[in-house]
Amino acid sequence: MVKVVAKTGNEAMAEAMRQINPDVVAAYPITPATEIVMIFAKYVADGLVDTEFVAVESEHSAMSACVGASAAGGRVMTGTSSQGLVYMYEILPIASSLRLPIVMCDVNRAISGPINIHCDHSDTMAAQDFGWIQMFSENSQEAYDGLIQAIRIAEDPRLRLPTMVTTDGFIISHCMDKIELLDDADVKNFIGAERKAADSLLNLDKPVTIGLIDLQDYYFEHRCQVADAMKNAKQVILEVADEFAKKFGRKYGLIDGYLLDDAEYVVVALGSTCGTAKVVVDEMRAKGVKAGLLKIRVFRPFPAEEIAAALSKAKAVAILDRSDTWSAQGGHVFTEVRSGMFDLKARPKMINYIYGLGGREINLEHLRQVFGDLQNVDKQPLVQYLGVRE
Amino acid sequence: MANLKELSKRQEPLTGGHRLCPGCGASIVVRQVLLASKDPVVVVSATGCLEVSTTIFPYAAWKVPFLHNAFENAAATMSGVEAYYQFLKRKGKTSQHINFVAFGGDGGTYDIGLQSLSGAMERGHDFTYVCYNNQAYMNTGIQRSSATPKGANTTTEPAGKVKQGKTMSRKDLTEIMVAHDLPYVAQATVGNWADLTRKAEKAFSIRGPKFMNVLQPCRLGWAYKPEDTAAIGRIAAETCFWPLYEVENGIYKITKPREKKPVAEFLKTQERFRHLFKPGNEKIIEDIQADVDRRWQALLAKEEMTAKAAK
Repeated sequence: MVKVVAKTGNEAMAEAMRQINPDVVAAYPITPATEIVMIFAKYVADGLVDTEFVAVESEHSAMSACVGASAAGGRVMTGTSSQGLVYMYEILPIASSLRLPIVMCDVNRAISGPINIHCDHSDTMAAQDFGWIQMFSENSQEAYDGLIQAIRIAEDPRLRLPTMVTTDGFIISHCMDKIELLDDADVKNFIGAERKAADSLLNLDKPVTIGLIDLQDYYFEHRCQVADAMKNAKQVILEVADEFAKKFGRKYGLIDGYLLDDAEYVVVALGSTCGTAKVVVDEMRAKGVKAGLLKIRVFRPFPAEEIAAALSKAKAVAILDRSDTWSAQGGHVFTEVRSGMFDLKARPKMINYIYGLGGREINLEHLRQVFGDLQNVDKQPLVQYLGVRE
Repeated sequence: MANLKELSKRQEPLTGGHRLCPGCGASIVVRQVLLASKDPVVVVSATGCLEVSTTIFPYAAWKVPFLHNAFENAAATMSGVEAYYQFLKRKGKTSQHINFVAFGGDGGTYDIGLQSLSGAMERGHDFTYVCYNNQAYMNTGIQRSSATPKGANTTTEPAGKVKQGKTMSRKDLTEIMVAHDLPYVAQATVGNWADLTRKAEKAFSIRGPKFMNVLQPCRLGWAYKPEDTAAIGRIAAETCFWPLYEVENGIYKITKPREKKPVAEFLKTQERFRHLFKPGNEKIIEDIQADVDRRWQALLAKEEMTAKAAK
């Protein structure tokens, strides 16, 4: 039975965590992700979950405890944002290298400095190289559905990769939205009653040594195993999404298009901005402009082939980045998309907009400007900062 | 307490053939602590000499379950292991008692791992944290830590023409752990095996967070002959440079030496203090002696005070 409720992004993620009922959660408060942990702690206090909740003294310890609990065989989750994620960075590649399927709620927030609590994607984007699967959400529903799917994806024996599901700080995390909830039993059946770990530190009959030192003779091979797992991830993500769609009706891809098939002028974006862009695409279409949107839902692994195929017929593409690489050559998404398009015989002209840093609003007018620019793409610089004051 | 015959029959937790230095005290700490457990043990180790020397892939010296995560987070990592174990117990999925033991050197414990340690101890996880304390960053080549004693020669605070090694006194981590109001805190040394084994047994008999600070002579960093490790550990206790004591539920109990020897007896056994015996440096040794005496008197006073309070 479909249950429609109003929930903020944080409430939706906390609700998914209640239904997932992980064995261990270790987390530390940080705006705007704190609420997820607070709501979940109340679930623990009220006996609504079986979880051992470890209220650690830092995000570094949160991720460290997650590694310990996951190496011991548990189904483990955490939540964080911004500086908290940055503080975890040291341990993130250890989690992926040890092939521990930890699942994280990451509420996107700008990173210091200056200190800022509002949305951009800098925190997640700077974590792109740590061997974690990364899935962005356009709204609370996607965050809720994505988190449930993430357990299956992370624990798949072909992957065993940690996975983060993100929402846009405040824009999704704190805004009330209509979402459809699944039944508790359906969630439990979908994810399986418990994690089936290949090895466990607590297996006393077969003692294992985990986290050995690898030198010139083995490190490379072990790192390449993570690369191989990440190569398998696209297929696993799609399989899980297909099963989810069959059971619950909501379909997700690695990328999702909006009026994309015949689009000449395309905006590429992630997260909540996609909702705003769809409104402007509709406006453009009403004016006879063949506008479209390509939403990237999965950023790691990067769906380069799918993006190249989807954009191959476009005339001009604007890639929107809510983060900067500080390379003076554009943002993270731009760099990846442009590289992914390189082998196409005929490429559309591609330009980059870095927007919304530190929660700077992106509104319909900004997107109208982008679609206007695309129709005069030859006159545009490679990289522009959208919505910044001169 | 288990006698040597009983200990010799227990499962060896750490095999020979690892790459620790000849005469290294770290493996002695590990074996004497883990052999004191009648129940299965699960080990977490910080990055450091012990970890790199016992786990060079594809070889592992550990006969018991072992996890290494990073340098500063052995305590936090163990928090997660122990949390999952508590989950399993609460759900009736296991009834097997396990003694969880985290090992970290002084760098990974006193310095970079202090926050992780403090947090885990405050949260009350049921495990024993053992600091194998060799008073410097030995794995990276004898750099000073906050556990390095005054006057010691290290590669980042060396003895030179105008400086005579470390100028500051060492941090007293054992007392910092006592201030966490833990059910059990102990100081021990390599070379007093019966004392160390008894303290480990005691730690394993208590539920909750336990901390053991074990002084571990390091033949490389302290610079002495490999066969002297145990003797140097003993003289550290006999001079009260490293008093043997334990604090159970706030009550101090000191294992006092028969005769308190001058600290110079300890200092002269090691090259790291050799410069202190040059003419003109007498005052430094006097200061070290005064520091040892002051700390020893304070410890005796705490024992007396807490014994009274207990009555």
